[in-house]
Amino acid sequence: MHELSIALRLVELAAGAAQAQGTGRVLAVHVKVGAWSGVVPDALRSAFEVARVGSPLAEARLEIEHVPLELCCPDCGRRRQVEDLTGLPCPDCGQARCEVVGGRELELTALELVP
Amino acid sequence: MNGTWVPRLVQVRTQILKENDRVARALRARFAQAGVTVVSLVSSPGAGKTTLLARTLAALQPQGRVAALVGDLATDYDAQRLAATGAAVRQITTGTLCHLEATMVASALEGWDLSQLDWLMLENVGNLVCPATFDLGETLRVVLLSVTEGEDKPRKYPPIFHTADAVLVTKIDLAEVVGFDRALFRQHLEAVRPQMPVLELSARTGQGLDQWLAWLGSLRGWPRPAAAQCLSQTPLDAE
Repeated sequence: MHELSIALRLVELAAGAAQAQGTGRVLAVHVKVGAWSGVVPDALRSAFEVARVGSPLAEARLEIEHVPLELCCPDCGRRRQVEDLTGLPCPDCGQARCEVVGGRELELTALELVP
Repeated sequence: MNGTWVPRLVQVRTQILKENDRVARALRARFAQAGVTVVSLVSSPGAGKTTLLARTLAALQPQGRVAALVGDLATDYDAQRLAATGAAVRQITTGTLCHLEATMVASALEGWDLSQLDWLMLENVGNLVCPATFDLGETLRVVLLSVTEGEDKPRKYPPIFHTADAVLVTKIDLAEVVGFDRALFRQHLEAVRPQMPVLELSARTGQGLDQWLAWLGSLRGWPRPAAAQCLSQTPLDAE
């Protein structure tokens, strides 16, 4: 539902970054979308189709890198990645509550520009 | 175009919501400096946020100065309803947007002297999905779950339950009628957020309201420090 407003921000940020590189045309936009970012990749793709119209990204591809959840144990420091959250206890030391340290990403990572 | 060419790849690394996060951080610093405890309420539509807020505003006023911002897509019905409590209330209408954002909170606060407040309550748009993505600068986030919604909501909407600081089980006066299974709910909640404080209440009958108010009263200056080695490694701008 809020993917359109996110796509509009993405287009704005990417257009600004492209301009800073001295080009008005973007071939592709790379983004990281975390499992817990609240953004559905397919909905973001549809929203991007609308948001890019009339912008320097009008013909740009959207490349989405999925980021799984990453948990970190505050006691033993072990980090592990999970696709679905089935539980927060640390499998190594038994600490009841690992922290979610990855999977919330919603990040513009790179642009492909005309050379 | 002549010959072959390869696109130029430029690393950017920018948070798409960096503007929201920046405003939220500034708000959090302002709130801390002014000494105001800011509690946001999130839930599905109809879980009882506004009814609880009406009772809360009325009950807190003898103990301190309290104000509220309430978000909805349209109408100022909630603000009108809450203004009857005598507290300062402003409505934020989001249009078609499904959540509050930090800039909306910042604009709605214009003209208010935060140092004159002890508590500021933020009522988000009824939605268990999008509000989880947008930091509002609040001190604590409280998620409401009414007994009519089912015990498995934490498992179905893990980010909002995980990022909240407490759960209020509302409409507890209906628990028997709808067959709400407390143990099952705790089990689902434990999976996404162990040791989460849970309060049960009914804003209609007043059951559990004293504990909620006592909890709010105990919140002054409540920080939640993250374990140092688990601190987020993603700055707003990596460049």
